[in-house]
Amino acid sequence: MLLIPCPWCGPRDEIEFGCGGEAHIARPENPDELSDEAWADYLFNRANPKGPFAERWVHSHGCRRWFNVVRDTATNEILAVYEMGAPRPEIGSPPVLASPDESGTTSDGESL
Amino acid sequence: MRLAGGGRIDRSQLYAFTFNGTQYQGYAGDTLAAALIANGVRLVGRSFKLHRPRGIFSAGAEEPSAIVQVEAGASTLPNLRATQVELYDGLSATSVNAWPSLAFDFWSINSLFAPLLPAGFYYKTFMWPQSLWHSYEAVIRRAAGLGRAPEHPDPDIYDHMHLHCDVLVVGGGPAGLAAALKAGRTGARVVLVDEQNESGGQLLGNRQQIDGAPGAEWATSAAEELAALDDVRVLTRTTAFGHYDHNHVALIERRTDHLGPAVSDADGRDGGPRQRVWKVRAKQVVLATGAHERSIVFRNNDRPGVMQASAAACYVNRYAARPGHRAVIFTNNDSAYAAAADLAEGGVSVAAIVDARPEPGLDASALAAGQGIEVITGHAAVDVKGRRHVEAVSIAAVDEAGNAAASASRSINCDLLAVSGGWNPCVHLHCHSGGKLNFDAVQACFVPGESKLAVRAAGAAAGIFDLAGCLESGFEAGADAAQDAGIKRRGRARKAPVADAETPAPARHLFHVPSSKRGGDYKAFVDLQHDVSASDIALAVREGYESVEHLKRYTTLGMATDQGKTSNVPGLAILSEVLGRPIADVGTTTFRPPYTPVTFGALAGRDVGTFADPVRKTPMHHWHETAGAVFEDVGQWKRPWYYPRDGETMQEAVDRECLAARNAIGLLDASTLGKIDIQGPDSVTLLNRVYTNAWNTLAIGRSRYGLMCGEDGMVFDDGVTTRLGDHHYLMTTTSGGAARVMSWLEEWLQTEWPELDVRLTSVTEQWASAGICGPGARRLMEELSEDIALDAEALPFMAMSEGRVAGLPARVFRISFSGEVSFEVNVPSRYGMALWSILMTAGEKYGITPYGTETLHILRAEKGYIIAGQETDGTVTPIDLGMGRMVSKKKDFIGKRSLSRSDTSREDRKQLVGLLTEDETEVLPEGAQIVSEPRPMPPMEMIGHVTSSYHSANVGRSIALALIRSGHSRIGEQVFAPLPGKRVMARIVEPMFFDPEGTRLHG
Amino acid sequence: MAERYQQQSALAHFGLSARATSDQNESECGVWLGEHAFRGQINLRGDPGKKTFMDAVAKVTGSRLPTKPNTSAGPDDPQAGPRALWLALGEWLVVTVPGAEEETARSLAEATADCGGTVTDVSDARTVIAMGGRHARDVLMKGCPLDLHPAAFEPGACAQSLLALATVILYRGADPSEADVSAFEIHVARSFADYLWTWLEDAADEYGVRIIEG
Repeated sequence: MLLIPCPWCGPRDEIEFGCGGEAHIARPENPDELSDEAWADYLFNRANPKGPFAERWVHSHGCRRWFNVVRDTATNEILAVYEMGAPRPEIGSPPVLASPDESGTTSDGESL
Repeated sequence: MRLAGGGRIDRSQLYAFTFNGTQYQGYAGDTLAAALIANGVRLVGRSFKLHRPRGIFSAGAEEPSAIVQVEAGASTLPNLRATQVELYDGLSATSVNAWPSLAFDFWSINSLFAPLLPAGFYYKTFMWPQSLWHSYEAVIRRAAGLGRAPEHPDPDIYDHMHLHCDVLVVGGGPAGLAAALKAGRTGARVVLVDEQNESGGQLLGNRQQIDGAPGAEWATSAAEELAALDDVRVLTRTTAFGHYDHNHVALIERRTDHLGPAVSDADGRDGGPRQRVWKVRAKQVVLATGAHERSIVFRNNDRPGVMQASAAACYVNRYAARPGHRAVIFTNNDSAYAAAADLAEGGVSVAAIVDARPEPGLDASALAAGQGIEVITGHAAVDVKGRRHVEAVSIAAVDEAGNAAASASRSINCDLLAVSGGWNPCVHLHCHSGGKLNFDAVQACFVPGESKLAVRAAGAAAGIFDLAGCLESGFEAGADAAQDAGIKRRGRARKAPVADAETPAPARHLFHVPSSKRGGDYKAFVDLQHDVSASDIALAVREGYESVEHLKRYTTLGMATDQGKTSNVPGLAILSEVLGRPIADVGTTTFRPPYTPVTFGALAGRDVGTFADPVRKTPMHHWHETAGAVFEDVGQWKRPWYYPRDGETMQEAVDRECLAARNAIGLLDASTLGKIDIQGPDSVTLLNRVYTNAWNTLAIGRSRYGLMCGEDGMVFDDGVTTRLGDHHYLMTTTSGGAARVMSWLEEWLQTEWPELDVRLTSVTEQWASAGICGPGARRLMEELSEDIALDAEALPFMAMSEGRVAGLPARVFRISFSGEVSFEVNVPSRYGMALWSILMTAGEKYGITPYGTETLHILRAEKGYIIAGQETDGTVTPIDLGMGRMVSKKKDFIGKRSLSRSDTSREDRKQLVGLLTEDETEVLPEGAQIVSEPRPMPPMEMIGHVTSSYHSANVGRSIALALIRSGHSRIGEQVFAPLPGKRVMARIVEPMFFDPEGTRLHG
Repeated sequence: MAERYQQQSALAHFGLSARATSDQNESECGVWLGEHAFRGQINLRGDPGKKTFMDAVAKVTGSRLPTKPNTSAGPDDPQAGPRALWLALGEWLVVTVPGAEEETARSLAEATADCGGTVTDVSDARTVIAMGGRHARDVLMKGCPLDLHPAAFEPGACAQSLLALATVILYRGADPSEADVSAFEIHVARSFADYLWTWLEDAADEYGVRIIEG
């Protein structure tokens, strides 16, 4: 059973989470303009690499927040954890585990 | 053959036990194997395939032969190793693989045909013709069975426990104790597990000394120190059976097995479980799992009385039980010399040490000389005489290539042949978690290599076999593990315990002594439990199974319950011999969990019976129960299915409920419907994106029905959403889909549309909901409402109002799933029961009738309303359902693009229609296939299937809904349902059977 | 108010009050259990980075919302005022004494309306099971994957997780009476309460169970 570092709640058992499959698949802006093939590619086709793989997880039984994980599918090593919307980090450095934000600041930077 | 003194047994507690029906006696502290040895019992089982007589081979978890069934009846446990079963008074055990009795075993006839039962025998013989496999299998199963599963419900309790720690130390031998002490003294949270009843490991079974005293004494004091430390937990009788991802380690603790089956409540049990699975999450793991002594493969090396040298010594030292009168030691290394000396000390006459090497080490020589034991170097055992137990051993000179001389140089009479073929570090857990193994060519064994986990091995598990080295590596591993777990404090320095230094001579890499007799290797066993012989391996290679993985599966080497703990390396060595490649290149198969078998009871824990799946109950549940409702499972919910009155059949009850709902008042517990509170300025945008229809024009206080599709265009849920305020909505979902829809909306909001300012809160459980429908509904509601206008103008269909009903704070929705005038009253859950009781009392005079899900389903089917999950199955679009008018052409929504894919826009898709059987009393089974031609026999083209089907008391006949290919254009056509023994004729109709104008609904 | 007498807690059918007053050997019980029925529970959303929002809430509840995950803020004793549990970034559960939820929810909604707050009264959606005693942690360990060691889950800590097969919010109370005794509050969905209570009583059986007045 994996130990998944939720970017907010900290490391928790896999049973608290749900896996949402491959990350960084954006919904096309204008679906109507896509060919059947392009739409099917968005809808059905997913990568299945052996090695580092960026995927989405949700802390279903915890804070219910989605986040991204880079997991080595061969060893189950978790190589990075990062927020939705953030770009996939370079892998090769040690795991990037976002620590809970104790200051409570958000993107607008206003401090408490 | 119990020694007069010594051993770690309690001679004041004499236990009676039976083995295969015969009464024996033993002492507290004995294992079953030790007690059998003390009673002179040699023959304890039959081998799996050939049913050869087998004895006790080891003194621990690696035991391949002495496999027993303990107790009978509901509490019985099969396939236990007699070497690990603690003796208790009244224990009863039987051999697992003998029929009708151990002494006369019918299937031992197999052993006469050993040459005819080679590797792959089953594959070659029984798989053809395929049609007969089932009849072969029945016979084979009886011949080759292990233990018997209990046939009655298990009376015992099992449970699970989660445990977190800084350092988990597996193994309570010298290295493990040292590691736990060192880590524990730093203040780290430490868990030490050991499978035995007390800590000490090998120290309990040998006579090695620490600080000038018996090692077992040091172990006892170490265990005492650990027990006194805060945050150190020592679990004995506990096996770490699996090491999983991210240092998740599963332990099985046998809490009361050593006490025997419960006789009464007052026999020392604490009311706790029989066995407990610990789910440990450790920051650091230290594997101090020790090593298993392996055998050497030679002819008849499986005879009872052939035993690991260390085990023979253990029986003498630990249990004061002599495993024989006259022993011969056969070894390729120095460790057996200490065992020989221990045997001699214990009064066993040691006839000779047969050493395959030209010369033993100096310490070893001294040990033999001290006891006056003859050492025969350069020789090997080549055969064993005796059938039910060892009577003599033949030895012959071995050359440098490992081949024995053609003729035996001597035959030595003995009843115990103690063998040491070197040691295998116990690397199982390391492998479970994907750790690599390295072959140590000097010691001829696999040692733990690289692992992705925070795990380190210590002591014999790391290939360090001397006691001083074990202690040292244990202390080092404990210190490092605590530090790596982030413990800053270092324990107070103490004097390290001292053990004598050892200077062993190198072992000889002799794994197999090929028999010079023709066919002799048929009886030279590698895997004792699965009867895999040296010749089987050679044969498999000849047949092309050269890869170690193929070899394993073809010969079943290492696939028995012992997982080849003692046979793995000898097997690989023989493979490498046959292939002419080094062992390191041959590689090894992967050990998988569990390390030793685990009972299903323990794995299931307490998640059985009523706890197997949670039962969700509505606030009105106990009213339904009292009313005698029959319940239906809807997801995890218990919903009333129907409410039978005295003597009513289900059909009668449902008919009555259906008629009451349309002619008087029906009352439904609708609390299970999913409810999601949606707030925020972008709420309407979210609704527009997830529903197929448009939401911009919905006024405050008004409701609208919506369909939700997946991105593939298929309907996945539906429900009514009401606008409560400017930016405030309440969405309802199906009962079973509530959690799924909530997750789905959150997923889109968080991953795709973070710019939308919307907050979702599940309020399913906040509100109890009662649906009141039928011609009398408004009258009843008017009687109970204080401040809500309920007439059709003030509160029309699809409107909502807030106020008080029966004095309770309430939301009243005019929504309907029955086609009748209907009020859905939501009150905070604490008032659900009050609301329901008041409605029942006040409604009595109007004939109010509670109805269950069956009536709910019939009422809606009469109106052709779909149930997501019944009419839809993940392959049905809104257009297929005839709901194309609900699909917006203007806006984008999830799934829209998929509706114009070539497949989803086909004209001949399955479409929702009604079906009326020719015979009005005939109720089609749901799921029945529909065909268009009245052919008597298959093949016939299936054009659809029945999704819902009922007898409708209101319509006065049977009705059905179906998905039929091109159904919308087939209205009026005749179709057929071929059923067992008959063919039912039906007509395709519009899916609407009652009040098609909807006058009742809007009334 | 008439409706007071008509309200029914999630575990009402177990008759816990009657059991709490019947003879129980306290010293032999390693675990006590009870229902804190009708606790006010308000789901609150807002931007923790927005000072106006945080100030507005503090004005109503008397304490600043916790921004550190798995922690709470406010008095341990709900009689002394509302307590806020951190649920997620920008989401809290404000817990009050029974009856205070309506007023608290209204005040919170009014105070935060202009600074992006969202308030939902969910007092009826969950009940609170209280559990304590020297073996309380052992009982939780049987079904909860969290590390509940006092060093990892100290008084005042809270977390959402699984307990057996139910999703729960777990809060560790400060229990000043005995150092090694912990009091936990378990918020569980009303429909799961029957299952979870039965499960807890069963899990605690080996330690001896005593029922307390909620």
